[in-house]
Amino acid sequence: MSINQKIVNDFVKNKIKFVTTVPCKQLAGVIDEIEASKDIYHIPSNKEDEGMGLCAGAYMGGKRSAIIMQNTAIGVTINTLVTLIQYYNIPLPMLISYRGEIGEPVACQVEMAVHTKALLDQLNIPTYHFHTKSDADELDAILNHSFMAKKPVAILTDASFWQGA
Amino acid sequence: MIRSDVLKTLIPIISDQLVVSNIGLPSQELHLLDDQPTNFYMLGTMGLSSSIGLGLALAQKAKVIAIDGDGSVLTNFGTLPTIANNPADNFILLIIDNGSYGSTGDQPTYAGMKTSLSKVAEACGCDNVVECSADDTAAAVKAALDGDKMTIIVSKCESGNIKVPVIDMDAPVIRHRFMTEVSRRNA
Repeated sequence: MSINQKIVNDFVKNKIKFVTTVPCKQLAGVIDEIEASKDIYHIPSNKEDEGMGLCAGAYMGGKRSAIIMQNTAIGVTINTLVTLIQYYNIPLPMLISYRGEIGEPVACQVEMAVHTKALLDQLNIPTYHFHTKSDADELDAILNHSFMAKKPVAILTDASFWQGA
Repeated sequence: MIRSDVLKTLIPIISDQLVVSNIGLPSQELHLLDDQPTNFYMLGTMGLSSSIGLGLALAQKAKVIAIDGDGSVLTNFGTLPTIANNPADNFILLIIDNGSYGSTGDQPTYAGMKTSLSKVAEACGCDNVVECSADDTAAAVKAALDGDKMTIIVSKCESGNIKVPVIDMDAPVIRHRFMTEVSRRNA
């Protein structure tokens, strides 16, 4: 099984039926897999805060939701994370490509990478860093944790993870 | 007619419908006029009423009315292509377009100048876009509820506000009672 299939299988196992995505090169394969899944309604969004609004609505409609996005989106979504997702106790797994880590070819991506964990920490968002392929073994439990706690969780997936995947 | 007058005319029609209401005065006015468990009040997060409404409509069967403002749609313009390309026939987006940022002191928006939100919605691919006067808004919402097609209504009204108290309810309480009602309607 490819890592992309494993991720989507864990989504389905956790009854996630509504996924919004904003693309990143590292996430292309998993986004294809989401689109191909018969169990998941895939709704691409134009900006990540819009996507979190869609996810909040779907959750209130009875469908568990998740967002797939790049770490640059943390900068875009802080207000939405705080005043919608956290304020209303809405669970939201965030599968995030952690651009700007070791192996990154684009220097500008490092500028956001150096703030990513500090921002998530400041927001008290449980954060998990996938660096090697076996780190994804915990994904099922992380997703379950998000819905149990009714909190957003961040799963940072770096270049080493995707290359090893 | 100002926004609160429009909302008053809507109450008999939307009171028993699932309503997602925009941040600030629109939510506060709706809460004052007709607090219902079927109302989801946004206490923050400008711009996302239409997105929350669409997500809700796509996830379940009951009709959903998202009440938005021109300023909020301008701040989340990306919502209109997403709505157009993911049609939910149980979804009505009502944009109350008073040409101003009402909750922050009636600063003018571009929607009150050269930008037509109904034309933007059409250009984004939305199929049923209705622009109407404040007086005709209740009839337009009634027609949209009676039809089974996703509809975008742009209600052109005057700028202005009434004095309303802030909403004292806790956010998780708003969400919980709303979700209880949503699940009851989908049982």
